[in-house]
Amino acid sequence: MSTLSRKGPLDRQEIAHLARLARLAVTDEELDLYAGQLSAILDAVAQVQKAPVEDVTPTTHAVPMTNVMRPDVARPSLPRDAVLAGAPAAEDDRFRVPRILQEEA
Amino acid sequence: MTELTSQGLTGSDATELARLLAAGEVTSVEVTRAYLDRIAAEDGEIGAYLHVDPDAALARAAEIDAADGERGSLAGLPMALKDVVVTEGVPTTSGSKILEGWRPPYDATVAARLKAAGTVLLGKTNMDEFAMGSSTENSAYRVTRNPWDRERIPGGSSGGSAAAVAGGLAPWAIGTDTGGSIRQPAAVTGLVGHKPTYGSVSRYGLIAFSSSLDQAGPMARTVLDAALLHEAIGGHDPLDSTSIPAPLPVFSDSARRGAEGDLSGLTVGVVRELGGDGHSEGYEPGVLARFGEAVALLESLGAEVREVSCPAFDLALAAYYLIAPSEASSNLARFDGVRFGLRVGDDGSHDLDEVMALTREQGFGPEVKRRIILGTYALSSGYYEAYYGQAQKVRTLIGRDFNAAFGSDDGQGVDVLLSPTTPTVAFPLGARVDDPIAMYAADLCTLPASLAGVPAISVPCGLSDGLPVGLQIMAPALADDRCYRVAAALEAAQDAARGHRFLDQLTRRSAPVPGEAA
Repeated sequence: MSTLSRKGPLDRQEIAHLARLARLAVTDEELDLYAGQLSAILDAVAQVQKAPVEDVTPTTHAVPMTNVMRPDVARPSLPRDAVLAGAPAAEDDRFRVPRILQEEA
Repeated sequence: MTELTSQGLTGSDATELARLLAAGEVTSVEVTRAYLDRIAAEDGEIGAYLHVDPDAALARAAEIDAADGERGSLAGLPMALKDVVVTEGVPTTSGSKILEGWRPPYDATVAARLKAAGTVLLGKTNMDEFAMGSSTENSAYRVTRNPWDRERIPGGSSGGSAAAVAGGLAPWAIGTDTGGSIRQPAAVTGLVGHKPTYGSVSRYGLIAFSSSLDQAGPMARTVLDAALLHEAIGGHDPLDSTSIPAPLPVFSDSARRGAEGDLSGLTVGVVRELGGDGHSEGYEPGVLARFGEAVALLESLGAEVREVSCPAFDLALAAYYLIAPSEASSNLARFDGVRFGLRVGDDGSHDLDEVMALTREQGFGPEVKRRIILGTYALSSGYYEAYYGQAQKVRTLIGRDFNAAFGSDDGQGVDVLLSPTTPTVAFPLGARVDDPIAMYAADLCTLPASLAGVPAISVPCGLSDGLPVGLQIMAPALADDRCYRVAAALEAAQDAARGHRFLDQLTRRSAPVPGEAA
C-alpha cells in the first residue's frame, strides 16, 4: 500500500482535475486555497496508512447488512405536480434540462 | 393561563410540560405561544432557527387542543427539527444555498412520527451546511450563538437545535449525528444529546451526508426527556433498508431506574486514548477535571471503574475524514440543478454539464467543496486502496476495540465506556474557521462510536470557566438503554448535590456581555 500513497502535496492542477470530475466550476482563488488546505488534510488522514491491517477485512457498514426484501406490491408514488413543483424548470409534466448534445436544436 | 408564567413554560423540561398539558393546566396554544414569543424576542441574536412559521404552529396547537379522544403522551408539545430533516411543505435547506426555497413533497419518517405523536413543529433549526462542521459556522445562512456565551460557538453540526433547547427557544429538538453532531453541540451547550445505535432510527427523509454513519437522535434538557423523544422517533422503518428490525427497549424506564442512583453491579471503562494518561494533549484541564469528578461520582453510586485501552481510537479522526467525505462526494452528486433547488447558467449558452458545475460551484460553500474534492480523491483509481480502503480497515480495528472492551467474546468486559464528549469547552466564534484540521479535532472523542455504529450519549458533568462540559457514555450496539441508565444516575446525583437542574444555572443568570468573556 505504501507504493500507492502519494508523495508531496496536492497541486492546483490535481485539484482542478478533481473539481472537474465532481462538477465544481472552482475559481482560481479557490484552487490556491484548496491546494494548501487539502494537502494539510491529506497529510493528517494519511495516518491510516500506519495501521496494522494485515488480514483485516474492510468495514463498509457498522451493522452487518443483507439484502432486504419486501413484497412486490405496487404503491402510489408522489404526485407528479408535487415533485415538479420543486424543480428549477419543468415543461410538459417533465423536468426540463439544458441541452446535453452540442449540435443545434 | 395558570400561575405559570411564560418564562416558566420556556424554562420547563418537556416531561413537566407534558404533565401540565395532560392535566389540562395549560393548553398547547399557551405553551406554543410562550416559545414563539421567546423566539421573536431572542432569536434575532441567538440565530437558532432558519425557518419559523408562527401562524402554522399556533394553528397546529389549536388543532391538537381541540382534538377529541385519546391523546398521546406527547400531544401538544412543541419541538424543533434540524433543517436536514425533510418536512412536507415546510422549507428544508440542510443549511445550503443549493436548496434555498425548496419545499419537500413528503415528510421524513422522524418528522412523520413526531407529527403522529401530536407534537407541534416550532421551526427548522440552523446547521452546518449538509451537516459538515462542528460550530454551525458553515451554515450558508446565519451565525448561531451559544446561549451560555454569545461570542462562542454552539457546536455543530446540530448547533441550531442545541442553541434552541439551551436558550429556551424549544423544549427539545431533533439533531443528527454523523461524527458527533448531536453529542458535541449538546456538550458545549449543557444539554443531553444521544446518538442512537446505527440503524435504530430511520434515515428516510434525512438529507444524506455519510450514509453509513448518519443517525437522528434527541437533544433535550434532561435524560428522561431525551429518552422519551428517542422512543417517539425510533424503531424499524420499512422505508429505510438499513433500519434494524428489532424492538426498542423502553428508554424512559431505563432513565427512571438510573435516576434511583444505584449502579452496583455495573462496570464502567474509562478510555485511555480519549484524554487519559499519555493522550491528554489538546484536552483542557478543566474538562479533564470535571470528567474525573463525574467518574468518581459514578463510582460512589456503586459502579466499578476500570481503565480500558482502545489503541485504534487514535486513528478514528483520520479514518473518519476519509470515509465521510468519500460517502459525501457520492451522496451530494444528487444536487445537480435538475430536480430541486438552485440552477445557475441556464441561459442557452451552457450545456447540461456546465450548468451542473456552475450550479454546484455557486450553491455549495467552502467546507462542502473541500469534502467533495477530498472524497473524490480518496475514491479515485490509484489512491482508493491507500486512503478509502485503508480507512475502512481502520474502521474494522475500531469495532474490534469496542468488542474487546465490551467483552463481546469473553464476557469479561465493561458495560459502558466513558470519555469526555469534547476535548474543550465551546470555543470563540471564528477561532477555527480558517483551520479545517483544528475544527475537525472538536470531534476527536465522538468519532469512534460513530465509526462502530454503537450508541453514545452526552450528559452535562459540570462547568469549566463558566461553560458546560459533557461526559460521553458509549454502549454496545442496541444497548442504548445503558446510556440512558448511567446518564440518568449521573444527572440525578449532580442535580441533588447542586439543588437544581444543570440548565437552571443558565436561566438564572443573565446573558454575559458580549466581548467580556476571555
